[in-house]
Amino acid sequence: MTQEEAMNIMRDVLHQVAPEADLGEIGPDEDMAVALDLDSMDFLNFMIGLHQRTGIEIPELDYPQLATVERCAAYLIAHV
Amino acid sequence: MGDFRMPSLGADMEAGRVTEWLVKVGDEVKRGDIVAVVETEKSTIEVEIFESGVIETIVVPVGEEVPVGTVLARVQSGALGSRKRRGPETPSRESAPPIEPTHPTSREGARTPVVRSPVVRHLAEESGIDLAGVIGTGEGSVITRHDVEQAIAMQRPPGGRVRASPWARRVAAELGVDLTSLRGSGPRGAVTEADVRRVAGTESRPAAAPCEPAVTTVATGTREKVVPTSDVAAKQVALRRAIGALMARSKREIPHYYLSTTIDMRRASEWLERVNADRSITDRVVMPVLLLKATARAVATVPEMNGLMVEEKFEANAAVHVGVAISLRGGGVIAPAIHDTDALELDDLMAALRDLVTRARAGRLRSSEMSDPTITVTNLGDLGVDEVFGVIYPPQVALIGFGRVAERPWAEHGLIGAVPTVTATLAADHRVSDGHRGGLFLSTIDRLLQAPEDL
Repeated sequence: MTQEEAMNIMRDVLHQVAPEADLGEIGPDEDMAVALDLDSMDFLNFMIGLHQRTGIEIPELDYPQLATVERCAAYLIAHV
Repeated sequence: MGDFRMPSLGADMEAGRVTEWLVKVGDEVKRGDIVAVVETEKSTIEVEIFESGVIETIVVPVGEEVPVGTVLARVQSGALGSRKRRGPETPSRESAPPIEPTHPTSREGARTPVVRSPVVRHLAEESGIDLAGVIGTGEGSVITRHDVEQAIAMQRPPGGRVRASPWARRVAAELGVDLTSLRGSGPRGAVTEADVRRVAGTESRPAAAPCEPAVTTVATGTREKVVPTSDVAAKQVALRRAIGALMARSKREIPHYYLSTTIDMRRASEWLERVNADRSITDRVVMPVLLLKATARAVATVPEMNGLMVEEKFEANAAVHVGVAISLRGGGVIAPAIHDTDALELDDLMAALRDLVTRARAGRLRSSEMSDPTITVTNLGDLGVDEVFGVIYPPQVALIGFGRVAERPWAEHGLIGAVPTVTATLAADHRVSDGHRGGLFLSTIDRLLQAPEDL
């Protein structure tokens, strides 16, 4: 998976979870949940969406590793 | 003959606007069917009908705002004749068994597309929509006709309909921006809210400029949809006014008392961690589910927390329909009910909560969810607050608040350690209960959370 593919998947999934949230508006190392006002249910739906698109089983303990745009993309690339 | 009236969808609602009729004259309807979509100051609600029969006349057209209690349609009761049934696709709680008995349980709904209606499946096939890519907003994440229509609206090629999120469409409609004039920067060229706002900022168009309707009219042509004419700012004012009026009434009429207790969450946290570790991501349960279930079950011990004030008299409710406070994007809060919260297994409660949050945000709540809560839970832990002192939602008599579950100092057996705790607060109505009973209620929630495996 390329960086661009990872970003596209993240953008698509986020769009389904929170239609008005825009990944382009936040910095690569900002906490997505805080910057985009996602609550725990939104974030879980985001994780589920990533799992459905990529097949990656994301353990609960790994959630913090997907907190920012940059780290989330890196996680997807490393685990797919 | 019966009248289908504008329902009261919460104590703060005085009027509503029909934005969509899901039935037409001559359609057969069954008790529990969703027949119309109504817009209030707070949200968009799918309204269920409480009588079976045939729609005889539609009295209030799409777009008209009418007071609560106004007759919206007349129903010829009982006469379930030979006319073809064309009701909404989402079966209600107590009606119609699923048409496809092999569909997965709602818990797995997010993973496998659940479609109960052949009509919806057919519509998707006809339009070339892959159902695996559609998020269901119906009960148990069932994909509804509306979801498929949204998907269709989003896939129209350039020259046809513009690809845009429902939210972007709504903002565009409210700002009077013509979507066809925009170049989208979103996924697959979709127009985003930011695109709309960018144009709105540089271009001023009259409010009456042609707008894309928020929902495509499909081949059957029976759905109508109006474009909201009010702008975002005016809506915000109306929303704040509605919430303010209700909260002022609550503070004026209800003699609140407040209690709080800090609960040791070691067992609940460890148990949840252990359970989730063995599960696929789609089957995991979040902590608020345990808090909701414990609260709902504590009602059995202190029933005077659960029910409604009716003409200065408290009526306890046998069923526990917990209203869950959900913050809306763009401001405001709404507290729809999860029916029979105390009777749901944790997995089912998790599915119900996910479904409810999704639909609250998408503006697809049902009228019964708005009118039925008997007690409210608010969980502001996500924001990092330690405790929340709530305002009771009339005519209910109690509101339970949970703050953040976090490690805090905890003294036990003469030692101080760091353990995960949560502070539970109770705002209750002194006309119905007093601090002693309120305290018992909070300590019952505490006791139930110490045995999470039994919840």
